[in-house]
Amino acid sequence: MSRSIHSSVALYTLCRKEITRFMRIWTQTLIPPVITTCLYFLIFGNLIGPRIGPMQGHTYIDFIVPGLVLMSVITGSYTNVASSFFSAKFQRFIEEIMVSPVPSSVILIGYLTGGVCRGVLVGIVVLFVATLFATVDIVHPFTTALVVLMTSVVFALGGMLNGMFAKKFDDVSIIPNFVLTPLIYLGGVFYSVQLLPEFWRLVSLANPILYVINIARYGFLGSSDVGIGVSFTVILVAAAILFTLCLVLLERGYGIRD
Amino acid sequence: MIQSGTSNQALSVSNLKKTYSNGRIALKGISFSVEEGDFYALLGRNGAGKSTTIGIACSLVTKSSGKVYIFGIDIDQDFSRAKSNIGLVPQEINFNQFETPWNIVINHAGYYGVPRAKALLQAEKYLTTLNLWDYRNNTARRLSGGMKRKLMIARALMHEPRLLILDEPTAGIDFETRLSMWEFLQDLNQKGVTIILTTHYLQEAEKLCRNVGIIELGELILDIDMKSLFKQLNQETYVLDLVQPIDSQILPHELNDSVRLVDPTTVEVDIARNSSINAVFETLSKHNIHAISIQTKSNRLETLFMELLRREAIEMQVNQSE
Repeated sequence: MSRSIHSSVALYTLCRKEITRFMRIWTQTLIPPVITTCLYFLIFGNLIGPRIGPMQGHTYIDFIVPGLVLMSVITGSYTNVASSFFSAKFQRFIEEIMVSPVPSSVILIGYLTGGVCRGVLVGIVVLFVATLFATVDIVHPFTTALVVLMTSVVFALGGMLNGMFAKKFDDVSIIPNFVLTPLIYLGGVFYSVQLLPEFWRLVSLANPILYVINIARYGFLGSSDVGIGVSFTVILVAAAILFTLCLVLLERGYGIRD
Repeated sequence: MIQSGTSNQALSVSNLKKTYSNGRIALKGISFSVEEGDFYALLGRNGAGKSTTIGIACSLVTKSSGKVYIFGIDIDQDFSRAKSNIGLVPQEINFNQFETPWNIVINHAGYYGVPRAKALLQAEKYLTTLNLWDYRNNTARRLSGGMKRKLMIARALMHEPRLLILDEPTAGIDFETRLSMWEFLQDLNQKGVTIILTTHYLQEAEKLCRNVGIIELGELILDIDMKSLFKQLNQETYVLDLVQPIDSQILPHELNDSVRLVDPTTVEVDIARNSSINAVFETLSKHNIHAISIQTKSNRLETLFMELLRREAIEMQVNQSE
């Protein structure tokens, strides 16, 4: 059997396993972000939003839709890969893959696909929920789809790194709780960075999540705080660096091979 | 010393060394080879280096130095191709306990590039053969210990490997299941699958294996065929069940200390390797002691194993004092 056929069968198997995994526990993987987003729309959109007034020419509830969709995409893709890979490591069934002739790149793409699928699926569900609260007219559908896909790739890779470095279950939740969540909230989900004082606006530019949220906002509403070209470049560079890093670590068996 | 593997050697290990990151030296440069079609026992105490050797051959452990060849394929050159020839049954349960046996074996086949249609047939074949078919859709964690071990064997065979490595496959399972596993493994070996077995049940190694390697403290202290190994036995102890109870006073004096009365109807007799057992029976008969059955007392390999380890320890002490 040729290596490409072998790799494609292995990749199909890994992708199938990863997608089945999160679909089987859909009450833990798909429902919580929907409930959280509903609460955001209810509290920030319906209750507080009218008092805030319009932002960048949009009602506040419409303004926060792109950020909330991206927030669920980021969290979904990141936690999926981090927890799935760490579980495989912790329960030692990662050894099933390690002893087999599956190339490291296929292992990485397999886990990545699981994370991307969950991220995108959660994003779609949250978008559907958003239509119940806000007016959702996607101005640039292709840009929106592309940023959702690229964001899920970047954060799935981040989750993979977390899963590789994690030594105990606590380590899987440390990054999402203490790094990811603050970055998301400070990345302009609920506000425009133009409202910030000069210093904090500049500080915000160091936050990579600001770029993905702004491309999403451009895709949904047609307006953005930062340039689209710069934002896409940041995402592409981040994806390339993370992919290479994950691949090198996987090839060396970091955290999985004695 | 083995310089390179040949294609008729299922596994060839040359000067293999491993030092773990915590400084523990697990392998001090072992060399051995297992011929294709062999049933080879790799024995040693806990922590001797057996699982490390297996781990290196299967890519679970990174070697510090040395060479490993699988059917002549250097793992440093083409590990993927080498790995596709191996089926591993590890010491500890390492499948997703929340998956079903069916998914576990099907996924495993997929990792080895087995097309799904063929994997479905293979899964049915091995789950049926190993009596797991009725449990195929249960969650794996609900299986008994013996079933979990069998599931790992079924999984390891899904891609039809030429070399099957079993790391203590019958640990903690009942005797009946162990016997059925022995039968299954013997059958596999007869069909041409090379098998390497590590076990602490030396009776298992004696029953199944043709060749044996003994590792002690990261060194291979013996690599020999079973028959030659047993030639090293100086004596064997037999247990005789007597027709009627006797008193220790009537044990024949001419047999000296070689005969012991265990209980009124059981006698143990030590017989030197070159002596005839008939002579012992004749002497016992003369004293009106008749046996209705006879069996060897302990596992012969166990005796040898302990003797070898004792010799090795003495040798080490001598070397240290020098």
